[in-house]
Amino acid sequence: MKYKLGTMAVAAVMAAAPAMADLVFPSLSYRTGPYAAGGIPFADGYADYFTLLNERDGGIGGVPTRVVECETAYNTEKGVECYESTKGEGALIYQPLSTGITYQLIPKATVDDIPIHSMGYGRTSAANGDVFSHVFNYPGNYWHAASGVINYLLESNGGDLNGKKIALVYHNSAYGKEPIRTLEELGKKHGFELTLLPVDHPGQEQKSQWLQIRREKPDNVVMWGWGVMNQVAIQEAANIRYPMDQFIGVWWSGAQHDVLPAGAAADGYKAVTFHAVGKDYPIFDDIKTHVVDKGMAAGAGDQIGTVLYNRGIYAAMLAAEAAKDAQAANDTTDITGGMMRDAMENLNITEERMASLGMPNFGPEFQVSCENHGGPGLVAVAQWDATAEEWNLISEFVQADMDVIQPLIDEDSAAYASENNIESSCK
Amino acid sequence: MFYREAGDFSTTYAEDQQTFPIKFDRYRYYVVLFIAIVVVPFIINDYWANSLLLPFLIYAIAAIGLNILVGYCGQVSLGTGGFMAVGAYACYKLMTSFPDISMFIHILLAGLITAAVGVLFGLPSLRIKGFYLAVATLAAQFFLVWLFNRVPWFYNYSASGQISAPERSVFGINITGPNTEAWATYLFCLVFVILSALVARNLTRGSVGRKWMAIRDMDIAAEIIGVNPLRAKLTAFAVSSFFVGVSGALFFSVYLGAVEVGEAFGITKSFLVLFMIIIGGLGSIFGSFAGAAFLVLLPVVLKVVGVDWFGWPTDIVAHLQLVVVGALIIIFLIAEPHGLAQLWRVAKEKLRLWPFPH
Repeated sequence: MKYKLGTMAVAAVMAAAPAMADLVFPSLSYRTGPYAAGGIPFADGYADYFTLLNERDGGIGGVPTRVVECETAYNTEKGVECYESTKGEGALIYQPLSTGITYQLIPKATVDDIPIHSMGYGRTSAANGDVFSHVFNYPGNYWHAASGVINYLLESNGGDLNGKKIALVYHNSAYGKEPIRTLEELGKKHGFELTLLPVDHPGQEQKSQWLQIRREKPDNVVMWGWGVMNQVAIQEAANIRYPMDQFIGVWWSGAQHDVLPAGAAADGYKAVTFHAVGKDYPIFDDIKTHVVDKGMAAGAGDQIGTVLYNRGIYAAMLAAEAAKDAQAANDTTDITGGMMRDAMENLNITEERMASLGMPNFGPEFQVSCENHGGPGLVAVAQWDATAEEWNLISEFVQADMDVIQPLIDEDSAAYASENNIESSCK
Repeated sequence: MFYREAGDFSTTYAEDQQTFPIKFDRYRYYVVLFIAIVVVPFIINDYWANSLLLPFLIYAIAAIGLNILVGYCGQVSLGTGGFMAVGAYACYKLMTSFPDISMFIHILLAGLITAAVGVLFGLPSLRIKGFYLAVATLAAQFFLVWLFNRVPWFYNYSASGQISAPERSVFGINITGPNTEAWATYLFCLVFVILSALVARNLTRGSVGRKWMAIRDMDIAAEIIGVNPLRAKLTAFAVSSFFVGVSGALFFSVYLGAVEVGEAFGITKSFLVLFMIIIGGLGSIFGSFAGAAFLVLLPVVLKVVGVDWFGWPTDIVAHLQLVVVGALIIIFLIAEPHGLAQLWRVAKEKLRLWPFPH
């Protein structure tokens, strides 16, 4: 037995040794637990994109990529364990897909000089790169989403929300509480009345919240949900016959698995998004030839083209492009987390660049800078078509209300800076 | 052969009453302490500290605390998560209000505050027993989590409702915040673990502990022989909550650094600590350590073996963990209902006779 263990350990070391030259992209995924429905497609997309790069282009700049997956179950303790166990492998970037874990990792990763890309989640005020040097949340964050929702409601109500009642059904956690301040400020500005309805983890129990909605009949319901909470909320909304086209979710509450359980009753449900939906892009042909047909698709391979799979691909694409830039800027193929961070800060995503990657019009064009890690904040609205079973964009990408958001970002990041004695990092 | 009393004479009462009367036991204990204090800090790295040793030490304190209440005094409690949250939030408020005071004092004060809260929620134990008390403490669990989620004062009105530990130090060495060294956080927790275990051990073999055990074994009989049930039960709640509060404070400030009450201190935490002491052994300090080690280390070991060695998919390993840990709990409870501590006791009995079976 001892001998066997010994050989196994040696084999493990030998298997790990030549891998040192890889570009390591840890994926803190969750394929188990109440949030797995959202974690699986994202992790699959993230892994498939890097598999595609390896198979089609031989990696990034000739260096193969390696995705180290670690299961967090959306749990912060396991997230910390995953971070500690993967950071030693030369991790270039962390994308934990969890606001709670992001909060944990912000100080740690900053000290370890590894960037975090919390795309559309995490701590919103990390958009202020002056304070949060290693955290990026381009191309959109929660406050952009909140403003995007209100912009859309303004547009559909002829520019006037005065006296309207809007209910926010939110996950009672750091994630769900993020938009409250912004919505309150926007409420003051546009004169709508905000009702807060928290839903506790994991979110299967929402009867009382929807009873209150049934009683108060708000003009619109906005949802900040994730995991099993989304499907339950949409089912409950269908049960009380709340009009679906007045029910609008954040981008984490707008995927196929959220609406499918409610069947035809979910028709017309809306959600905001910061990237395109559907699989009508050349990159999916490449994924089919180089990944799926070779039997290398991550997970069960049944998620391709879903909303969150696309988001996984998008996240992986932005990371890979930053890695390319880092290689070019430092004239080396063997990059470090610090080089990755610098490249992310100078990342410039243009339409030509996305088109050359087979993803034309997939997301907004944007340019990251030292001060602005938050991207442009362009938000579109997608609507669910239950008969065709697909999401369709029903609006243009609209600019969020930065007059309201920017002061909030400055205030919150200044508080963080003074609490933790952080000096300005932008010169 | 090695492990025996023969030839080990005690000539004073103090020697006769020491914690480890057998020489071999005593030396083993000193060796463990020596390795933990002198050797480990030099070889520890971030991974070992943050993934294995810190959670083990912190859960061990929580398990000692709960063991005093459940194992020694017989009062079933499902409020551990809530009391840990009290410790964490008390520590957070103290850290942010008095930044210049040493973390040692903050952690101890957080423990004292939790002790007061624990006594408050222990009051119903004077009238209700067994399962009914478990339900009453369950109410404490949910109430406390709700309270910390609901009242913004507790999280200093932060937008997200999270509390995050600012940088604080002891003797000029950072203990909390991102710029900590693995050895410093480890030693800081270790000091609390050693002190907790010492205090708990000596309390439980003194008159206070005997009163607790009398209440546990039969409360009416205990009352008749002169044990005051009010004092016995409330001291058990106070001491237990103190340790649980200390562990909650360490859990938040040193180990995680940022905490969200519903997620970190939910009902699952109460069950986890309860499982630790059931598997480790009720009414045993060693059992608290063994149970904490079992439930903290086993999932990590399974993950390392499954994912890193065999390269299995992470979700399969995560599910397998649940299966294996669950199966082991059942096997342990059937094969040895008194937990790992009893296995250890049996092993020691066997060792005394070894190599002669009779």
